[in-house]
Amino acid sequence: MSILELFESMEYGPAPETAEPALQWLAQHQPFDLFINNRRVKPASAQYLETINPATGKVLARVAAGNAADVDAAVAAARRAFPGWSKTPGHVRARYLYAIARHIQKHARLLAVLETLDNGKPIRETRDIDIPLVARHFYYHAGWSQLMESELAGYEPLGVVGQIIPWNFPLLMLAWKVAPALAMGNTVVLKPARYTPLTAMKFAEIVEEVGLPPGVVNIVTGEAGQVGEALVRHPDVNKIAFTGSTEVGRAIRRATAGSGKRLSLELGGKSPFVVFEDADLDSVVEGVVDAIWFNQGQVCCAGSRLLVQESIADRLIAKVRARMEKLRVGDPLDKAIDIGAIVSEAQLREIRRLVERGVEEGAQLWQPSTACPREGYFFPPTLFTNVAPAMTIAQVEIFGPVLVTMTFRTPEEAVTLANNTRYGLAASVWSENINLALDVAARLQAGTVWINATNLFDASCGFGGYRESGFGREGGKEGLYEYVRPRWEGAGGRASRRRGLAEAPASGENKAQSGNGHAEHRSNGLALAGSEVFADLAGRIPPIDRTPKLFIGGRQVRPDSGYSLPVRDPQGMIIGQVGAGNRKDIRNAVEAAHAARAWSGASPHQRAQILFYIAENLAAREQEFALRLVQQTGRPYADAAAEVQAAIARLFSYAAWCDKFEGSIHRPPLRGMVLAVREPVGVIGIACPDEFPLLGFLSLVAPALAMGNTLVVIPSPQAPLSATDCYQVFETSDVPAGAVNIVTGEREPLVQVLAEHEDVEAVWYFGSAEGCKRVELAAASNMKRTWVNYGHPRDWLDPVQGEGEEFLREATQVKNIWVPYGE
Amino acid sequence: MAQGQEDQPRDERNPGVPLDLGWLREVRANRSAVERRAATLPTRRTVKREWQAAWLLRAITCLDLTTLAGDDTPGTVRRLCAKARHPVRSELLEALGVPEERIQVAAVCVYHNLVPVAVAALRGTQIPVAAVSTGFPAGQIALDQKLAEIAASVRAGAREIDVVISRAHVLTGNWQALYDEVRAFRIACGEAHMKTILATHELATLRNVGMASLVCMMAGADFIKTSTGKEAVNATLPVGLVMTRAIREYYERTGYRVGLKPAGGIRSAKTALDWLILMKEELGDEWLSGRLFRIGASGLLSDIERQLSYFVTGHYAAAHYNPLV
Repeated sequence: MSILELFESMEYGPAPETAEPALQWLAQHQPFDLFINNRRVKPASAQYLETINPATGKVLARVAAGNAADVDAAVAAARRAFPGWSKTPGHVRARYLYAIARHIQKHARLLAVLETLDNGKPIRETRDIDIPLVARHFYYHAGWSQLMESELAGYEPLGVVGQIIPWNFPLLMLAWKVAPALAMGNTVVLKPARYTPLTAMKFAEIVEEVGLPPGVVNIVTGEAGQVGEALVRHPDVNKIAFTGSTEVGRAIRRATAGSGKRLSLELGGKSPFVVFEDADLDSVVEGVVDAIWFNQGQVCCAGSRLLVQESIADRLIAKVRARMEKLRVGDPLDKAIDIGAIVSEAQLREIRRLVERGVEEGAQLWQPSTACPREGYFFPPTLFTNVAPAMTIAQVEIFGPVLVTMTFRTPEEAVTLANNTRYGLAASVWSENINLALDVAARLQAGTVWINATNLFDASCGFGGYRESGFGREGGKEGLYEYVRPRWEGAGGRASRRRGLAEAPASGENKAQSGNGHAEHRSNGLALAGSEVFADLAGRIPPIDRTPKLFIGGRQVRPDSGYSLPVRDPQGMIIGQVGAGNRKDIRNAVEAAHAARAWSGASPHQRAQILFYIAENLAAREQEFALRLVQQTGRPYADAAAEVQAAIARLFSYAAWCDKFEGSIHRPPLRGMVLAVREPVGVIGIACPDEFPLLGFLSLVAPALAMGNTLVVIPSPQAPLSATDCYQVFETSDVPAGAVNIVTGEREPLVQVLAEHEDVEAVWYFGSAEGCKRVELAAASNMKRTWVNYGHPRDWLDPVQGEGEEFLREATQVKNIWVPYGE
Repeated sequence: MAQGQEDQPRDERNPGVPLDLGWLREVRANRSAVERRAATLPTRRTVKREWQAAWLLRAITCLDLTTLAGDDTPGTVRRLCAKARHPVRSELLEALGVPEERIQVAAVCVYHNLVPVAVAALRGTQIPVAAVSTGFPAGQIALDQKLAEIAASVRAGAREIDVVISRAHVLTGNWQALYDEVRAFRIACGEAHMKTILATHELATLRNVGMASLVCMMAGADFIKTSTGKEAVNATLPVGLVMTRAIREYYERTGYRVGLKPAGGIRSAKTALDWLILMKEELGDEWLSGRLFRIGASGLLSDIERQLSYFVTGHYAAAHYNPLV
């Protein structure tokens, strides 16, 4: 067309970014081998896989098809590198990370073009969003490396970390995984996504350029079924970090159950985008574009459910449609394209299938009049209205440029609709009313909430899910804990034996406990051997029977089964009975715990008062509790009294922490702030250890309660009476009914019910190694958080092991609320 | 949506509508979100090569070539007018294959006392003379003086009047007063087209910009204009975005198309393209002509000419090869 014609038409023309340098680089380097020990290693299979440009459907390069043997080699390399790298001073590691960040910037355009070629996302996004965030992630974590010795004193790296990343943000997800792992002194085996390995290949070159020691970063490409599987199951891997679908995440959870591997999972989402009638609607429309037409909607935190207040729904939908007409779909290397190619033919088919399903189920489909390219894998921006929560497209993650819309009438209904999902990755709230926006943000079940914004990311802000969107955070200080453990847990740091259990009498001072040799049934603990206090009473008149029931919803209730279980002292004599709880009791306890969720809204000051009060009431009955410990464990009275004292002190600790374990304010590069709020996890099931029947019980109950969770607790089956004695203490201490529920009985079947329960958000288990494995396996049903001890006892008397931030972190999850401001 | 938007003849002026305070209260402008959109407009769209050359020529036809300096003289105004007649060197236009008569600036904009000079200098062309008015730039004179100034400029031959609004009315929330003032300006303008300068920087907030835009349109503005060029900050894309959205809203509700004129600080060809992209994306192709889009600038023309020269010759151009603005 002539310039005069263009002058008249004022059309956009092509504005291609040249692919030439990237194609040359590919030609020079392919086929790509594995990257192990800073060397290019041929895959054991001698096979190579093709990676395709989704914008053309044509082959871009060939990449090694790794298998289990290659994973073995990579893990061995990482293991060899670990001692040196973990002992490298933080400052030195910081220099490496800084150098990586610089090199990312130096090669920014090549990386951006490679990413666009391999993934199909628009060059605008790789150039302006992905790659700058990658560099920022390495800079930020260079900083944490520098500060680790002072800011994470008492923590040490985990070891060899297996990292499996998805295809939607290939290099950015690499950065999110590799940067914190290296900063904290771990070594890495990374598996790039099958569809998008190329920027990881360029990253390998950067690793060499900056001279990172061999083995610190190893990259094994290949199929998930070969490489991913082998990495997940590898016995010498200390942690798996995975980003991807919830289904694969669930499989990883099951595969690693009981292995002791640490796990962080960033999974799927169906994130709500909530618009109130007082929002800036034109800005909302742009928010919608950024939410669901960013990266073709292939974003785990995509705002894919548009929830609009009914009063403005028609206006907003009209505006969204008008805006959709302006979206340009096409060659992702064109600088003026909004929507590029879907990553693969398979993904395109899946999007089509779900869209057809939506139409079949009666939702109304709307697409703009603009055409998609014929070649390559493209899908037009798509809007569904007349959507009901019961429809597939309202529930299932589509992972494509498809938006579903529903309406609400009130803020209450908005929150209910928003939370009506198995996921909890992110949410977006639009309102000009700060009262409304922050209130709703607090009530959304999501790891990230953007107010009047969406899809903002920064290395300083933790990102990760609630519910089935996974667990663990990436970014911010909160993300670092995924790559460290308390130093005492490291080699030799664990308690070498169980303490606080029944012990054989060591000296004559407590021979009385075995001395009187009664074989008869002793009830109620009154006929306490070794206790002068009760000596006179014993045998004269029968003591009043005390039979602990279950403690559910603030009431002492009989077990559903109608059975009781005997409790024996170390000599095998029966010292009492407790209710034999069953699955129905657990069900009732979970319901009671949910009914008591107002506890999470109690002010930290109020919660602190109640914990202090528990301590006060426990102290008033110190002797009784000490005697109960003597009775159950046969330990010396002084020892038991020390445990009671420690328990009182522990309650004080968590009363103190109630209003001091606060969140933080992150400062990403924007005008505004990000509130990293620590929220309670929800309903936590706790299986208590056998050691330290009182201290072990309260060491777990107190932090969970302090942080606003409500609990279903299974006391030690061996020594449950210290826990059941606490009923009266809780009742007299203003603990709200249902905040703590206690179900006695056989620990393993009961905890299994808890671990499988879909309305329980977390399970803590302190018991056998086999029990830990069962809990982790069962927890996969709703991807609940687990905290288990893999059969290693803790020394609960030691404050380093028995209390502190580790417990508080397990009792909370971080929600990052992004609050841009400015009038 | 719009009642009667189909009915409006394309060249019909906005007659204004009664002041609607309820509508005004609905105006929202979330600054952070507006800034994000404004920041990505130029990164989401670009034009290259022939398209860029064509768009730059279009930008010239939207230009209000302006001089508003204390040291303006009849001589400098005549020089400006000569450039307005021939904004691009003939050999460049020839190389671009565009007839000279197609490429003229949209108007020449001067102070009132230089209107006769400009009118005389532009005689024989279609280029209108625009006069800044109503106590430009601060507007701190009495209303009757403002009205008299408008009338005088119209009498002197100005076909466009760039009025400044009383910022005080916006800052005190006295929308009725603002409406009445602009309405009076409009009546005083008569057949002359009225551009209302909001002096957006002095309105302090984007929401004020949105509300002031709406009131000016309700009062019958043909254009809403960002700035005088004399404020600390002049035309910015976030401000332009809020104003284009107000224009769209007004069009959708009333069916009348109002134009936008960014002025002040637009010096580079790239910036001019960004503004054209803003207009195309937010308002559509109808707003890409001088009838509904103006850029108030002077030095900009030199840069555009330089870019066109580069496009034609393939070499970077020196300023002294292009006739002075």
